[in-house]
Amino acid sequence: MVGEEKETILWEVFIQPKNGLSHRHCGSIHAPDREMAMLSARNVYSRRGEGQSIWVVRSIDIVSSDPDEKEETFSSDDKIYRHPTFYDVPDDVGHM
Amino acid sequence: MAKEHKEKIASLEAFQEKIDRDEKIEPKDSMPETYRKTLIRQIGQHAHSEVVGMLPEGNWITRAPTLRRKLSLLAKVQDEAGHGLYLYCAAETLGKSRMEMTQELLSGKAKYSSIFNYPTPTWADIGAIGWLVDGAAIMNQIPLCRCSYGPYARAMIRICKEESFHQRQGYEIMLTLAKGTAEQKEMAQRALNRWWWPSVMMFGPNDANSPNTEKSVKWKIKRYTNDELRQKFVDAIVPQAEKIGLVVPDKDLKWDKKRNNGQGGYAYGEIDWDEFWRVVRGDGPMNNERISAKQKAWNEGSWVRAAAHAHALKKQTALQAAE
Repeated sequence: MVGEEKETILWEVFIQPKNGLSHRHCGSIHAPDREMAMLSARNVYSRRGEGQSIWVVRSIDIVSSDPDEKEETFSSDDKIYRHPTFYDVPDDVGHM
Repeated sequence: MAKEHKEKIASLEAFQEKIDRDEKIEPKDSMPETYRKTLIRQIGQHAHSEVVGMLPEGNWITRAPTLRRKLSLLAKVQDEAGHGLYLYCAAETLGKSRMEMTQELLSGKAKYSSIFNYPTPTWADIGAIGWLVDGAAIMNQIPLCRCSYGPYARAMIRICKEESFHQRQGYEIMLTLAKGTAEQKEMAQRALNRWWWPSVMMFGPNDANSPNTEKSVKWKIKRYTNDELRQKFVDAIVPQAEKIGLVVPDKDLKWDKKRNNGQGGYAYGEIDWDEFWRVVRGDGPMNNERISAKQKAWNEGSWVRAAAHAHALKKQTALQAAE
């Protein structure tokens, strides 16, 4: 049966489909080190030429915001002057 | 206590409103414990099914009739492994470890789709699996792409993109056999006979006997009921069988104008639920064999995992020494 086995490190995988686009998160994989993480990420997430560049990052190294503090973190409703529609310009100025 | 209870109800209601607005739930969002547990169970079972699903087909890789068929089958089985991994990683975001899930599969505690407890005695079974089993899986999985849980939905989108190749390769195998010699056509028909009912059973119990469906639909984990999906499957497959001259083994199968809200659909015969429950409870033709194969692979792969860890440690030590 299952003996005493170590959990392997969890890595998040990001793939860039082509130059000009950003790397995008596509999932995670388990691997004991970065080389094997890269190899598995390629095998698991790019079997059909989905990308031309891969990043793998240890999941524990990602610092994330708290979803319960979404309002405090992301509120911008009180700063409407940051949006173009806040400013009145005559219609006949055209697109601006 | 009363206050706590009220808070709990309020947060449940807030959660339901969020679901009703079609907002996705992401890993760190608060969610009811039953939502979390239902998803862990469902995604875990789904992942195990992909992994065990490699076994019946793996059985034929070395005996595929041509190099072309062998390449396709290898790629398909490799995809199933990948699908298992996408799904395990979705389940892990809910707080269950990979090792725990692996142990539950190996100990026989976790369930996986009963369809993989049937044997693949001929090459035509590989065709039938791709066509019917992957066909049924696609019916199930397409609505899951809109599941309320973000990581599950995203994994399903990826899986569905890859799955259509699987069904096409299966149907092509059946088509080729059906156009072949009388013997080959007979082999295809027999495989259809073997896989038809187990495939129809893949959608699970009738709605009346599926107590979890209502909650799952309410939480948008499921978008359709078992019977709705089963109907879609039968309606899709019957004409495909006719097209290649094979006969669906159900004497009660007939066109029924009233089905699908008057748009018409196929009426089909009664499912053998005794068989369904027997296989679910572990008494199918291949249940023991499948679990033993997984245990064997796990045990024999133990030195590989140990070596990978040792290698990682050695490199890390060397790196630290150099710094």
